[in-house]
Amino acid sequence: MADSPVAAPTKRSFPRVEFTDSEAGALEFPSSKSRTYNYFKPAKLRATVYEDVTVDVQPDPDRYLTQGWIYGFGDGPGGYPHDWTAAKSSNWHQFLDPNEEWEQTIFRNNAAVVRQINLCLENAKRANAYDHWNAPWSKFVAQNLGAWMHAENGLALHVFTSIQRSCPSNMINNAVAVNAAHKMRFAQELALFNLDLSESHLEFDGSAHKEAWQNGSEWQPTRKVVEELTATGDWCELLFATNVVFEQLVGQLFRSELMMQVSARNGDYITPTIVGAGENDYNRDSSYTRVLFQLLVQDEKFGASNKELFGTWMTKWVPRCLDAANAMQPIWSQPADKVRTYAESFQSAKEKFTQMLEEIGLDAPKELNQ
Amino acid sequence: MSRQSLTKAHAKISELTWEPTFATPATRFGTDYTFEKAPKKDPLKQIMRSYFPMEEEKDNRVFGAMDGAIRGNMFRQVQQRWLEWQKLFLSIIPFPEISAARAMPMAIDAVPNPEIHNGLAVQMIDEVRHSTIQMNLKKLYMNNYIDPAGFDMTEKAFANNYAGTIGRQFGEGFITGDAITASNIYLTVVAETAFTNTLFVAMPDEAAANGDYLLPTVFHSVQSDESRHISNGYSILLMALADERNRPLLERDLRYAWWNNHCVVDAAIGTFIEYGTKDRRKDRESYAEMWRRWIYDDYYRSYLLPLEKYGLVIPHDLVEEAWNRITNKFYVHETARFFATGWLANYWRIDPMTDTDFEWFEDKYPGWYSRFGKWWEAYNRLRYPGKNKPIAFEDVGYEYPHRCWTCMVPCMIREDMVMEKVDGQWRTYCSETCAWTDIKAFRPEYEGRDTPNMGRLTGHREWETLHHNKDYSEIIQDLGYVRDDGKTLIPQPHLELDDPKKLWTVDDMKGNVFMSPNILLNEMTDDERAAWATAYRANDNICRV
Ligand SMILES: [Fe+2]
Ligand SMILES: [Fe+2]
Ligand SMILES: [Zn+2]
Repeated sequence: MADSPVAAPTKRSFPRVEFTDSEAGALEFPSSKSRTYNYFKPAKLRATVYEDVTVDVQPDPDRYLTQGWIYGFGDGPGGYPHDWTAAKSSNWHQFLDPNEEWEQTIFRNNAAVVRQINLCLENAKRANAYDHWNAPWSKFVAQNLGAWMHAENGLALHVFTSIQRSCPSNMINNAVAVNAAHKMRFAQELALFNLDLSESHLEFDGSAHKEAWQNGSEWQPTRKVVEELTATGDWCELLFATNVVFEQLVGQLFRSELMMQVSARNGDYITPTIVGAGENDYNRDSSYTRVLFQLLVQDEKFGASNKELFGTWMTKWVPRCLDAANAMQPIWSQPADKVRTYAESFQSAKEKFTQMLEEIGLDAPKELNQ
Repeated sequence: MSRQSLTKAHAKISELTWEPTFATPATRFGTDYTFEKAPKKDPLKQIMRSYFPMEEEKDNRVFGAMDGAIRGNMFRQVQQRWLEWQKLFLSIIPFPEISAARAMPMAIDAVPNPEIHNGLAVQMIDEVRHSTIQMNLKKLYMNNYIDPAGFDMTEKAFANNYAGTIGRQFGEGFITGDAITASNIYLTVVAETAFTNTLFVAMPDEAAANGDYLLPTVFHSVQSDESRHISNGYSILLMALADERNRPLLERDLRYAWWNNHCVVDAAIGTFIEYGTKDRRKDRESYAEMWRRWIYDDYYRSYLLPLEKYGLVIPHDLVEEAWNRITNKFYVHETARFFATGWLANYWRIDPMTDTDFEWFEDKYPGWYSRFGKWWEAYNRLRYPGKNKPIAFEDVGYEYPHRCWTCMVPCMIREDMVMEKVDGQWRTYCSETCAWTDIKAFRPEYEGRDTPNMGRLTGHREWETLHHNKDYSEIIQDLGYVRDDGKTLIPQPHLELDDPKKLWTVDDMKGNVFMSPNILLNEMTDDERAAWATAYRANDNICRV
């Protein structure tokens, strides 16, 4: 490399390359073979890359921090105090993200998704795929898919972004940051799809989403829950209410039980690609959420009180989300080809919600069947 | 994407926000700043569709370089003098990175204008990227460099070490206290805009000169995200400037943030660059020369000064004084000597300086030899165990310094030391400005106005307090800076690994009792304390042994 002895035309100086033999194994001495991060116990026999790059990066007096937080807030200690949520854990550091998200996975996965969507949208344009859309479907997408993108964006910027400041460990922090990235990406994809449709030959009102979201009766209870979520201070409640309750009863209901089911029958094969990516995100994000709440429910010391607490959170959020779901009912009859009834969709969403609660170790709340 | 479609895409993405009517986002983190009069700005939105592939592409280059470095046996050419300091640097830096991620929602909370929220959220993802990519680089060093000790306990050592704590300000300071002070002025307007140039550009360049071309690959990749962060911060700064009531706070925070960044970053990075290098070409820029270019010209003259036209009061005096400390007061050299005095409290090894180094220092910093030469000769002479104690416990004309209560770097410029009784305790500060930071700035009231959101300086700020009056052999075992034979220390005052007799062990530490300067100071009578302060300020600490 830099040591080629070619004489430079002008006198420029370069650092000298020197043979130092500083490779692993060049000598044996105490610790010369100590080649693992030894301050945490990996979940399996060997630490994963994910564990190596994530565990203990944010210090904690519960771990090795000896001098304590060196900055405090005007009204309390600094760092990420445990009382920023009512939920309790014997060891917040026990949580590991089952998706093992770190730098490389974040960009690899999301880049793959945007490439796929981009390709799909380009093909759609070339094939004039929107020309076959009927008028009711065009209006349906403009209003409803258009309204929904606001929800995704609000959750990205004011729910998940905010949780990652308040939650206690680096592992929770990183998982939630990735969740925020998913939501932001998905909201933008929906917006750019909306832009494509506005620019196609199709009769499509690219601004209809504003009115639908701000004033449409089908969407007001949903907007209300989203705004109430953003107003919630307890980070763990916020995560529970969003990823366990809202996403199951409202998010999946709309994305999976409606959009994914009816689009193709209405001549639209683009929407399922985009919304499917959002569903895939939620699938990943619900799995870290499930693991976190399982740990809290199974906590030897605090499991019982956590269960009770999550019960009160459900009492608060389930009815709000049911209101949102019910208000959406009329949109099921808007497309020309109605493949599914609201009742069928809602039943399926409820079942999935109950199943997730079961996996976490919680009973379905009585509000669900009222 | 064409320019036209890019503009349309930005406009469309702006439609994603709305005016809430049922409930507004919780203000979890308060600020004493006001943004009621903030002008509506519409900075370009980051489009995730191009963001992810762009970053992935950058990553691919980084990972490619990592593979190449291993295949090309990079570590046969790496200078141990250099890589040892990376045990410290890379233990600290992933935390400031991820703290920058945590700072973003604080800025989003504090600044009500949705136009800038998108950019801040993308910055959050960048910072997760930075934190984990740096942890991964460190893992590569641990796996492939001759001496993994210190890398292997990296995050634990960061959390219990005096230097880790100094570095932790750069991190905790981003996420604690007034949301704007922390996430905007301290993090972005000063740390990112001014000091990432020395951290992520100047320092990695020096790595390359020492045979390590991976550090530059990773850190230049990190730095390439920084310009977006800088413009996020600049937008918020302009919004804050729109309201007269913010002026005194801006002035306060710029003084604090500038000075604290200088104290911390210049101490650390200055030491890495000047004392971690083997490159002693006379035309190699010194840290002072780099600082003049990156910080004084590029930041102070090109970024800060133009803000005067908006009525911002710039801390000219503190910029000049930082320069004065770096050149005339030998700030970096005092820091390096302190690190080397305390080698036994480190989790890395420090190479002695040689005649070649002496010559370079004298050339770049005239007067260096008469102040530091003899001391480094003593360091060299005392580098093996057996006949002598560690240099910290030998008389080499160096008085162990008291710590600055604010920046936690010791008060090494002796004549500038300030001593005050604050909150019922005698404290020492490295400078007037650090004293002001504790006594005036980080308080619930500032110049007669309530500042309830301002942060506080907390914690066991003097590291030595935790280990007061203990035998050093116990302390080092408590810290865990011991190799896997259970007795050889991780830190060593030299790089020679060829002979076990040259390596210090726990036993060699026995009989050396460690005292906290601050505890001793508080135990003195008033007369003793006054006399001590006078003597401390007068001590030139020149080694005459
Ligand atoms: Fe960063
Ligand atoms: Fe940054
Ligand atoms: Zn100081």
